Amino acid sequence: MVAKPGLDGHDRGARIIARAYRDAGFEVVYTGLHQTPEEIVEAAIQEDVDMIGLSSLAGAHRYLFPAVVNLLRERGADDIVVCGGGIIPDEDLEKLKQAGIKQIFTPGTPLEEIVTWVKENVTPR
Amino acid sequence: MAMSSLAEKVVAGDVRSVARLIRDIDDGITEVREVLKDLYPHTGNAYVVGITGSPGVGKSTLVDQMVAHLRERGKTVGVLAVDPTSPFSGGAILGDRVRMQRHSMDQGVFIRSLATRGHFGGLTQSTRSAIDVLDAMGKDYILVETVGVGQDEVDVVRSAHTTVIVVVPGMGDDIQAIKAGILEVGDIFVINKADREGTDKTLSDLRLMIEMDQKKYDEGGWKPPILKVEAVFDKGVAEFIDEIDRHARYLVDSGIGLHFRSNQERVRQELAEMVKGRLIEEVLNTLTDTGDFDRAVESITEGNTDPYTACDQLVLPTIRHSKESRD
Repeated sequence: MVAKPGLDGHDRGARIIARAYRDAGFEVVYTGLHQTPEEIVEAAIQEDVDMIGLSSLAGAHRYLFPAVVNLLRERGADDIVVCGGGIIPDEDLEKLKQAGIKQIFTPGTPLEEIVTWVKENVTPR
Repeated sequence: MAMSSLAEKVVAGDVRSVARLIRDIDDGITEVREVLKDLYPHTGNAYVVGITGSPGVGKSTLVDQMVAHLRERGKTVGVLAVDPTSPFSGGAILGDRVRMQRHSMDQGVFIRSLATRGHFGGLTQSTRSAIDVLDAMGKDYILVETVGVGQDEVDVVRSAHTTVIVVVPGMGDDIQAIKAGILEVGDIFVINKADREGTDKTLSDLRLMIEMDQKKYDEGGWKPPILKVEAVFDKGVAEFIDEIDRHARYLVDSGIGLHFRSNQERVRQELAEMVKGRLIEEVLNTLTDTGDFDRAVESITEGNTDPYTACDQLVLPTIRHSKESRD
């Protein structure tokens, strides 16, 4: 599932990522803009996804990304892998990983690299 | 016989279990058959509405509004939104949720996206099973949204109580296409985006086609209403839901009934499809396991035989075997 948390209104990146996943043979649920962490987690559970890709270009990732991970844990759904992408400063990467975000893809990462990472690191249960 | 714990959780409405089960159905996991058997006694209570129409006519927006109205009327709702699988990559972008996300925190609503995939047994079977699951989960209404192309998708909406065809104004040729395929299965026609130019033309085109069956209606058959709707502005949606209710009453009053599994014709059709899907699956699995299938492919590509002979050689022994074991 590709999701856009928070007030950030730019989803071109998320759409391109969704398309790349589709072309790699994945089924991608796209949630649209302005999602709360609660909505994202509920949707992920109803759709029974293997992975959530969060896109953030507006600077709220340090709050929003860990919120998704924590809610998944509360719901007993922490087998769902959470990844992130977007405009994220280097100094935040380690903090986000410690908070349970499995991988962060910053601008300039080739699509193939993202798809390959997912194929290698996310196993359908 | 004791119900499996998974089936128990589904009947209790556990969202995670329902979500898992639908995935297993879609993946063709054989164990789900046992769960579906357990769930069957708990089905037959939901009212199923199929919504179909070309891409871009506003099906998801309409479904979103339907959910809002049905919730206001105190009903719980399940949504199955089917989107096409890319025939090239096997992947799919399932974007129907975008229009419905406002309902995701509502415990009375369960929304699930499904890809058409094209696996053996077909979309029809897996969607029907998913409908059964949401039914057993206790949802009052189940809305199934599909792009109305291809036999499978038409069959899906046909398994609904009420089938809704959504069109938009100014798609003259589109209505021609509908005429060939799904006009016959439409119980209600919705002209969405009815603030657009050409609405009256579309209305009269549809009316003309529907009235060609006037004889049927004179004999007490259901005459499909045509409704002007602007889903995005919530105009005409309440009236549309009222028409669904009216169609439900017609089904009861005309003796067709709401419980399709007590209708011989419906059951015959469903069971035939189920047998067909299962046979293909079992036979193909066997042929693949024994290596016969791969050997035949090799034999054809090497020019040692032709596909027709190879097909005979694969299929005939299987049929003979099943006949013998019956005798």
